[in-house]
Amino acid sequence: MADVKKHDTPMVDDLKSGPWPSFADDIEQKGLNGKQACLDLLGQLELSYKHKETHWKHGGIVGVFGYGGGVIGRYSDSPEQFPAIAHFHTVRVNQPASKFYTSAFLRKLCEIWDHRGSGMTNFHGSTGDMVLLGTTTDQLEPIFFDLTHQMGADLGGSGSNLRTPSCCVGKARCEWACIDTQDICYNLTMTYQDELHRPAFPYKFKFKVSGCPNDCVAAIARSDCAIIGTWRDDIRIDQEAVKAYVGGELKPNAGAHSDRDWGPFDIQKEVIDLCPANCMWMEDGELKIDNRECTRCMHCINVMPEALRPGTDTGATILVGAKAPILEGAQLATLAIPFIKLNKDDDYENLKDFVDKCWDWWMEEGKNRERFGELIQRQSLQEFIRRAELKPIPQMVKEPRSNPYVFWSEDEVPGGWKRDVKEFRARHAA
Amino acid sequence: MDNTNIAELLAKPYDPELAEKLYDPKKPMENRITDIGPPHYEQFFPPIIKKNYGKWKSHEIIQPGVIKYVSETGDVCYAVRCGSARLITTDTIREICEIADKYCEGYVRWTTRNNVEFHVTDEETLKALLDDLKGRKYPGGSYKFPVGGTGAGITNIVHTQGWVHCHTPAIDASGVVKAVMDELFDYFGSHKLPAQVRIALACCLNMCGAVHCSDIAILGIHRKPPLVEDERITGVCEIPLAVAACPLGAIKPATVEINGEKKKTVRVNENRCMFCGNCYTMCPAMPLADGEGDGIAILVGGKISNRLSAPKFSKLVIPYIPNEPPRWPSAVKAVKNILEKYAEGANKYERVGEWAERIGWERFFEVCDIPFTEKSIDDYRLAYDTYRTTTQFKWTVHTD
Ligand code: HEM
Ligand code: HEM
Ligand code: SF4
Ligand code: SF4
Ligand code: SF4
Ligand code: SF4
Repeated sequence: MADVKKHDTPMVDDLKSGPWPSFADDIEQKGLNGKQACLDLLGQLELSYKHKETHWKHGGIVGVFGYGGGVIGRYSDSPEQFPAIAHFHTVRVNQPASKFYTSAFLRKLCEIWDHRGSGMTNFHGSTGDMVLLGTTTDQLEPIFFDLTHQMGADLGGSGSNLRTPSCCVGKARCEWACIDTQDICYNLTMTYQDELHRPAFPYKFKFKVSGCPNDCVAAIARSDCAIIGTWRDDIRIDQEAVKAYVGGELKPNAGAHSDRDWGPFDIQKEVIDLCPANCMWMEDGELKIDNRECTRCMHCINVMPEALRPGTDTGATILVGAKAPILEGAQLATLAIPFIKLNKDDDYENLKDFVDKCWDWWMEEGKNRERFGELIQRQSLQEFIRRAELKPIPQMVKEPRSNPYVFWSEDEVPGGWKRDVKEFRARHAA
Repeated sequence: MDNTNIAELLAKPYDPELAEKLYDPKKPMENRITDIGPPHYEQFFPPIIKKNYGKWKSHEIIQPGVIKYVSETGDVCYAVRCGSARLITTDTIREICEIADKYCEGYVRWTTRNNVEFHVTDEETLKALLDDLKGRKYPGGSYKFPVGGTGAGITNIVHTQGWVHCHTPAIDASGVVKAVMDELFDYFGSHKLPAQVRIALACCLNMCGAVHCSDIAILGIHRKPPLVEDERITGVCEIPLAVAACPLGAIKPATVEINGEKKKTVRVNENRCMFCGNCYTMCPAMPLADGEGDGIAILVGGKISNRLSAPKFSKLVIPYIPNEPPRWPSAVKAVKNILEKYAEGANKYERVGEWAERIGWERFFEVCDIPFTEKSIDDYRLAYDTYRTTTQFKWTVHTD
């Protein structure tokens, strides 16, 4: 066993018991196998458990030549006690779309990281990157050279730039994917490499791509530009399979409720009555859907996956401006484009056109650290519609406004706003 | 470089000295490869996935954690989903590789919520894989790869960095997640809830995880205004930036005298502070962290999926629970209580937020036996949208 020093960590050790995978145990084992940084990390964590305060300093600016992001500087505030983690920077590595890997790729990454870093990782960060936790400044360039030369990998985004785009598992495994999430994600990532690596935006910008309105990557809540698959023709129905659900031969919701007795499946109660659009009914033993009224919530499809499938005229709904609460309060993304065909063959030109218009406006008008959604709030949805050259449609709002404070512009009013008060007074005594 | 085929690159052994040979600090552009982006995803697809891309027809969760996919081609694929701590070492990743090599032709995948997924194509391998996974434990007894996270249960907790790596947290992340998942472990490997319940944790108001739209959100909060280091502030940040950082205008420029010398600094109107920490993000000389003041807020009822009702934000129901490392018993108890009350009361398919809206939030507080305090009443922007403007309400303990 290598010459390493384990700190006294009674509280952290307590987290080794219990059934859920223990990060503390994993890290300790790695430490005992020769990584002092792992043991120092647990030592510092114990200190945090004692003080109930973090022991990391406000990060410094570090990075690799030519890039303005991808590395987050981190320093311990107790380096004498924990010298192996005195410098403990994070490297964000751009994940392959939808996070499939080969063991050959992962093993090589492990070798790099054991050689040049702490051996600790986040698989994955909340934006999607492979996060390598803990290295020193002098290792950053070698890590970058190792990644690019020996693995064909690159860094992800951080800072006021495009963040690493991410997508759901999509067509790789899911029958509901209405768009090619991986290809769109990869295409956007490659098209906007410059924006990803060199901060030039007012603040961060995220793309997330989900194949259907179930939105497994949380695009609607977490991305400045959410691309969510949908369809505009009819839900495909297999009436035989519907009968099999009604007859109890098929398990509702693909077996998602298997450990509780909810009674026999009741299509009226569990599907038709719950449909938010009230657009389904049974007729002569067949399930009918008024597709024009359907809002594509996915419920009926989720409940009866063997019987119902999204339509085949597929595309995406684009929503913009989601963000966490800092600063103006949380925002969900707002509907911008109800339906857009996404075509691999034209390189998603129509989508990128839209993105470019959004970015032009934001880079011109956005204040420092103003997210795209906040700009829309500050300058209005109308201004966004004008700048993105969209058509105002009722789908963009939940309901029309209830106040009459409309900003009419001069050219909308006959005769304009230039008036002569004398003429006015000629008609009306003061 | 040809980014579409890196198999050759990966076939070569790692050369630990190559980077030092290629990188010359005096000529930083020499030998530099940039902007190649991520490796193309397709080369990492297992053959069954590659062959059936876009052809999947249907799926069934045959047991918690095991999803069977059937393709139009007749092919079948089983995905086995395992929990993971997210914060994992290269040793655990190597073990994942070993499993992938043994059962899955060397392929593996991670989900959005930090679960690991193994793909197999026949039932015999599936059984062998499941048996193998069950037997793998860390020395302290925790499972390395618990199978579950599907259907009407609990999946992995999306979380952030906490005291393991960040400078602004009010709470730890990995420790709280471990404590909560140990307690809710049974729900990870079963389908007995009314619908899926997504739990998320963020260790400060920056919310690097998507906690603002989770069924149950665990959020780290500060409760003491920032300290101001007058001696240091001008050295580490620009005063106007610190002033502009505050969304409530609580920070004003000021001048103080230190050792007879006038120094520029700032003052905080403490009664205006909402403890968001944005000042500290912008200025290292304004720390907020405080062992006694910091702790957890619980928000519930958010969702992301568009299924049935629209996506919604989580709502603040418990404003503060103290930090109690290493196992945060009060927070764990609060989460479990809400989960169990929901499991008893909700209809099939109903998410936590849909349940709370159906029974009414006043009833939610009553059923969960959570004291309602003024802290749950909004007083930030757009607060008025949350006030009740109808005579319709329910009689609960609050009106007695
Ligand atoms: C004003 C808002 C935010 C600020 C100031 C902020 C700041 C930070 C900081 C300082 C870290 C470094 C933690 C470390 O040292 O490892 C971090 C990590 C991270 N943040 Fe944020 N963050 C913000 C919001 C968000 C949001 C909304 C997301 C995603 C939706 C996000 C995604 C991430 C990711 C992926 C990481 C890497 C580690 C992880 O996954 O936890 N951040 N953030
Ligand atoms: C063919 C069916 C489905 C497939 C292949 C699928 C796939 C996935 C995967 C792989 C994840 C990540 C899971 C994890 O990390 O634990 C996920 C998460 C998620 N799924 Fe699905 N899913 C399906 C059905 C559904 C259904 C029926 C719903 C909603 C009713 C849904 C909504 C979500 C949501 C909201 C998330 C969480 C996103 C997040 O917060 O990160 N999915 N899905
Ligand atoms: S978002 Fe839709 S298409 Fe993508 S994995 Fe989830 S259910 Fe499937
Ligand atoms: S997708 Fe939703 S809205 Fe459309 S028919 Fe099904 S349940 Fe109704
Ligand atoms: S949520 Fe806050 S404390 Fe946690 S990692 Fe993000 S910025 Fe750091
Ligand atoms: S914590 Fe937030 S509200 Fe308080 S002073 Fe700092 S920026 Fe202002």
